[in-house]
Amino acid sequence: MPAVSKGDGMRGLAVFISDIRNCKSKEAEIKRINKELANIRSKFKGDKALDGYSKKKYVCKLLFIFLLGHDIDFGHMEAVNLLSSNKYTEKQIGYLFISVLVNSNSELIRLINNAIKNDLSSRNPTFMCLALHCIANVGSREMAEAFASEIPRILVAGDTMDSVKQSAALCLLRLYKTSPDLVLMGEWTSRVVHLLNDQHMGVVTAAISLITCLSQKNPDEFKTCVSLAVSRLSRIVSSASTDLQDYTYYFVPAPWLSCKLLRLLQCYPPPEDGAVKGRLVECLETILNKAQEPPKSKKVQHSNAKNAILFEAISLIIHYDSEPNLLVRACNQLGQFLQHRETNLRYLALESMCTLASSEFSHEAVKTHIETVINALKTERDVSVRQRAADLLYAMCDRSNAKQIVAEMLSYLETADYSIREEMVLKVAILAEKYAVDYSWYVDTILNLIRIAGDYVSEEVWYRVIQIVINRDDVQGYAAKTVFEALQAPACHENMVKVGGYILGEFGNLIAGDPRSSPLVQFNLLHSKFHLCSVPTRALLLSAYIKFINLFPETKATIQEVLRCDSQIRNSDVELQQRAVEYLKLSSIASTDVLATVLEEMPPFPERESSILAKLKKKKGPGAVSVTELEDSKRESSELNGAGERGPDPSVMAASNASTPSPSADLLGIRSAAPVSTAPASAGSLLVDVFSEAGPAASSGAVNDDGFLRFVCKNNGVLFENQLLQIGIKSEYRQNLGRMYLFYGNKTSVQFASFTTTVSCPGELQTHILGIVEPLVEGGAQIQQVLNIECLTDFSDAPLLNIKFRYGGALQNLTLKLPVTINKFFQLTEMASQDFFQRWKQLSQPQQEAQKIFKANHSMDTEVIKAKLLGLGMALLDNVDPNPENYVCAGVIQTKSQQVGCLLRLEPNAQAQMYRLTLRCSKDSVSKRLCELLAQQF
Amino acid sequence: MDCRQGKLRLQKWYVPLSDKEKKKITRELVQTVLARKPKMCSFLEWRDLKIVYKRYASLYFCCAIEDQDNELITLEIIHRYVELLDKYFGSVCELDIIFNFEKAYFILDEFLLGGEAQETSKKNVLKAIEQADLLQEVRPALTGKAVIIIINILAYFHFIFLHK
Repeated sequence: MPAVSKGDGMRGLAVFISDIRNCKSKEAEIKRINKELANIRSKFKGDKALDGYSKKKYVCKLLFIFLLGHDIDFGHMEAVNLLSSNKYTEKQIGYLFISVLVNSNSELIRLINNAIKNDLSSRNPTFMCLALHCIANVGSREMAEAFASEIPRILVAGDTMDSVKQSAALCLLRLYKTSPDLVLMGEWTSRVVHLLNDQHMGVVTAAISLITCLSQKNPDEFKTCVSLAVSRLSRIVSSASTDLQDYTYYFVPAPWLSCKLLRLLQCYPPPEDGAVKGRLVECLETILNKAQEPPKSKKVQHSNAKNAILFEAISLIIHYDSEPNLLVRACNQLGQFLQHRETNLRYLALESMCTLASSEFSHEAVKTHIETVINALKTERDVSVRQRAADLLYAMCDRSNAKQIVAEMLSYLETADYSIREEMVLKVAILAEKYAVDYSWYVDTILNLIRIAGDYVSEEVWYRVIQIVINRDDVQGYAAKTVFEALQAPACHENMVKVGGYILGEFGNLIAGDPRSSPLVQFNLLHSKFHLCSVPTRALLLSAYIKFINLFPETKATIQEVLRCDSQIRNSDVELQQRAVEYLKLSSIASTDVLATVLEEMPPFPERESSILAKLKKKKGPGAVSVTELEDSKRESSELNGAGERGPDPSVMAASNASTPSPSADLLGIRSAAPVSTAPASAGSLLVDVFSEAGPAASSGAVNDDGFLRFVCKNNGVLFENQLLQIGIKSEYRQNLGRMYLFYGNKTSVQFASFTTTVSCPGELQTHILGIVEPLVEGGAQIQQVLNIECLTDFSDAPLLNIKFRYGGALQNLTLKLPVTINKFFQLTEMASQDFFQRWKQLSQPQQEAQKIFKANHSMDTEVIKAKLLGLGMALLDNVDPNPENYVCAGVIQTKSQQVGCLLRLEPNAQAQMYRLTLRCSKDSVSKRLCELLAQQF
Repeated sequence: MDCRQGKLRLQKWYVPLSDKEKKKITRELVQTVLARKPKMCSFLEWRDLKIVYKRYASLYFCCAIEDQDNELITLEIIHRYVELLDKYFGSVCELDIIFNFEKAYFILDEFLLGGEAQETSKKNVLKAIEQADLLQEVRPALTGKAVIIIINILAYFHFIFLHK
C-alpha cells in the first residue's frame, strides 16, 4: 500500500495496483488485467448510471493498464464525460486520460474541444490551466485549428492570472511548433515581447520559451527582445543570491531563466547599440568571474546550476565569435574543466571546445590543451567522453600537430569501441590526406588503418588512397614497396589485398628491380591471397594479373596458366569467368604494342572533393562537420561536362551488364573516353553517389536554343549556358526512378549571391531535391545538386527548374525545362520478329497508334539513327522488319502505377529526305507524346 | 546485482509518435541507460538527441533533449522534479509513484509543459498541486495558483523507469 495517500484516495485503484504487483507471473498479470477490463466494460455498459467517482476510478484503472503496456480500446467516452464534471479531480483525471491516450477519432476530438472551450471561458484559473495543459499535451492540428486564435488573447489579456499566462505561453508554443501556419502574428506579438519585463519570474520563464521560438522564425519582428533580455539578464546576474527568493536554486539566482535568456540572445547577432552591448559583455564577464569564485555550497546542484549558466554563456560567446578576449577566457575556463573530477564537466568541456576550435580567435588557445585531450582519449573510462575527446582532436588538428594527432588516433583505434570505429577511420583518413606534407606518411597511415581496422575501412577510404597514389608520381614507388611489405603478413585484410593488387598492377615495375620483389615474387604473393578473397577482390586481382603480363612479359606464361585453369575459366561467377576468358584471349592474340596501349597506366584522376569527407558528412548529417572542412566542398568548374571522378575499382569498371551491352564496354578496367554502361545494380547506388561516372562526355558544349529537345536521346551534357552560368546535367534512370545531377558553374569571377533553385513538376512526376544548394556560388566555382525523380504515371509536361541569384546586385531569374521525358523510363524488350508483329497487331485500335511523316532535319546516316534510337531507351530489333532499311524498336515504360508497352517503327526515305514514324503503345497518350518527341530528333 | 529488467514507471512525450514507436524507443533507451555504469557521465548521444539521465535509488530519470539544449540545466530539472515529488509525498519512494502515478503526472504537468520545463519555484508548483487536492469537492477555487516554470529545455520526452 502506498506510504502516503494524499488528496483523494481511490481505494479500488490501490487494491487493483496491489493485485497486479502481487502477480507472480506475466500470465497471472494478464489474467488479472483481463478480469478487470471485463469488469470495467460491464460497468460502463450497465444500465445503472455511474456516479462521477466510479467513472473517475475506472478511467484511472484503464489508464494504469495502458501504462503497463496494454492496449486500451474503450473508455474514451467516459473520460470525455469526466471533462464536463464540475469536480476538479474528476475533470483532472479526464484530462489526464485524454492527454495520455490521444485518439484521432474526430468525433471525440470535437467533444473534447467543446469541453476545453467551456473550461477556457470559465474564468476559473484552475480549470483554464487544466484545459491549456491538455492542449499543450495533445497539440494536435484539430486543437490548433480550434484554439490558435483564442490562446494569444488569453496570454496578453490584462486580467489573466499569472499561472494561466504561464500555461497559455507554453501552450501557444506547442501549437506554434506543430502548426505554425495556424498561429498568426498580430498585435499580440509586441505585447508578448514585453512579458520579458513581467514582475512574476514564472511568467517570464514561461514566456521566454515562446519568444525564443518565435524569434528564430521571425527575427525582425521580435528584435526588440534583445535589449529587454539583456537588461533582465543583467538584473539577475548582479542580484544577490537571496534576492529572488524561491527562484534561487541552491544559491544560484534563477538559473533556468538565465539559461533561457542567454539562449534567446543566441538567435541574434551581437547588439548594435553600444550601451546594450556593453551591458551584455559585462554580464558575460561577471558569469566568467563567478566561475572562479569559491562555491557557496558543496552540493552538486549548486555547481551544476552555476555551470549550466556558464556553458550557456560560452555558447553565446562562441555564437558571437567577435570578442577575442571573451573567447580566450572561455577557452581557459574550459581548459580547467578538462581536468575536473566531475565526468559531466569533462564531457561538456570537450564538447564546447570543439566549437571553439573552429574560431580563428581561439583555435590556438584550444591547441594548447592537446596533451590533456590526448590523455582523455587514453584514460577516460566512459566511451562517450572518449568520443568527445576524439572529436576535439579532430577539430583542433592542423598542419602543426597533424602527425601527433593522427598517431594518437591510430593507436586509440586498436582498442576503440566498435560503435565508433568507422567514424574514427574516416576521420584519420581525412586528416592524413588533408595535412599530408609528404605522401609517404599518408600512404603509411592509410595502410596502418587497414591493418588495424580493416573491417571498418570503407570503399571510399581505399579508393581514395589509390587515387592519390595514381595522381602523385613521387609516392608511387614508395607505395608499391609498402604494400608489398604489408602483403607479406600471413593474415592480411582483404582491403589490403585490394589496395595491394591495384597498386602492384600499376606500379609493381617500380620495385621489380630488387630480386626480393621480382615480378614472379610479386605475382605469387598476390596469388597466394586469391583463394581467400571475395568475388569483387578476385575480379580486381585478375585485372592486376593482366596488367602484370604487360608490365612483365616474363610472367606471361605463369599467369596464362592461372587464367586457363578450370577454377577461373569455368568459374561459376559470370564476372570472373568473363574476365578470365577475355584476359586470356587478349594476352594470347594482342601484339605487345596493342597490349601496352590497352593496359597503359591509369591516367590521373581529376581532383575534387574527397569522397571520404562526403561520406563523413553524410554520416554525421549536415552541420556536423566543422567549418574548416567545408572550404573544399566546392568543385572546380573545369570538371563540368561529365568528366567527373572515376572509380578506380576495375571490378566495377569492367562490369558488363548482359541486358545492356554497351558497344565499347572496356574489359580491362581502363576507361577510355568511350561511353560505358551504367554500373551494375548491386554496386550502383554507392558508386554512383561517390564517384560520378565518366559516362559519355557532354557534347562539344555547343549551345542549342532548345536544350530540352537535345536530351531526349541522351542523359548527360550541358543543358544551358550563357555568359554567367553554365548548367550541366547527368542523369540516370532505373525502372520508374531517376536521379539527376545538376551542376551549376559560375563562369564569372564574381560571387553569385542568394542562389536558389526550385523545381516544379507536373503531378505525374515527383521530384525531390536532395540537399540544398548553398546560397553563395564563388566566382569560378561549381556546385552540385541532386534531384530524385519518380514517375507516377505517364506524363507530357516536363518539370521546370527555376534559378534565381544576384550577380553584381542584379537579380537573375531563369526558368528551364528539365529534360525529363517519358522515354527515360523505358526498359528494353527484346523480341523475335514473330512476336513483334503479333503484338503490333494486338495494338490495333486507332487511338493506340500515332504516326507522323516529316522531313529529315539531321543526317540520315544509319549509325547516327541507330545511336539515337539506342539513346531513346528502347531495344533496337534486328531482322524484324522485312525491309532492312527500316528500324523497329520495343520497350516498356515503367511508371509507378502501370507499365506501358511500346512499339516503334521508323521508315526512312533517303531519296525524299523524309521519315515516317509510327508508334503503337498500350496507352494512347503515350503514343502521342513519344511521336511528338521523336519527330524532332531525326 | 539484481536483475536489470527495466520497468517503466512514468513516461511523458512531447512529440507526437505512434504507440509502436514509443515502445521501440523506450525499449532501446532502457537498455542503453541500464547498461551504463556508475560514475559514467550523465549524458549520451542517442540518435539525433542527447539523453540526460540520473539515478535516484532504484529509479532512473531520463530526459531526451535536442542538440542545442543545455545538459546541466536538464540535470537540475530532473533534480527539481524529484524534489517536488519528495516534498509532496514526504520522502518519496518508488511505491508512491506506482500507487499515485496520476499525482506524479499532475506534478509534472505543473512543472513542465509542452516540452518546455515549467515553474521553477518549488513553492509555486506545490501550491498548485495542494490546492487541487483541497478542491476535491465542488469548491470553485479562487486562489492564485502559481504554476509552472519552464526551463530552457526542449525536453522531447521525459520518463522515469526503474529496475525491480
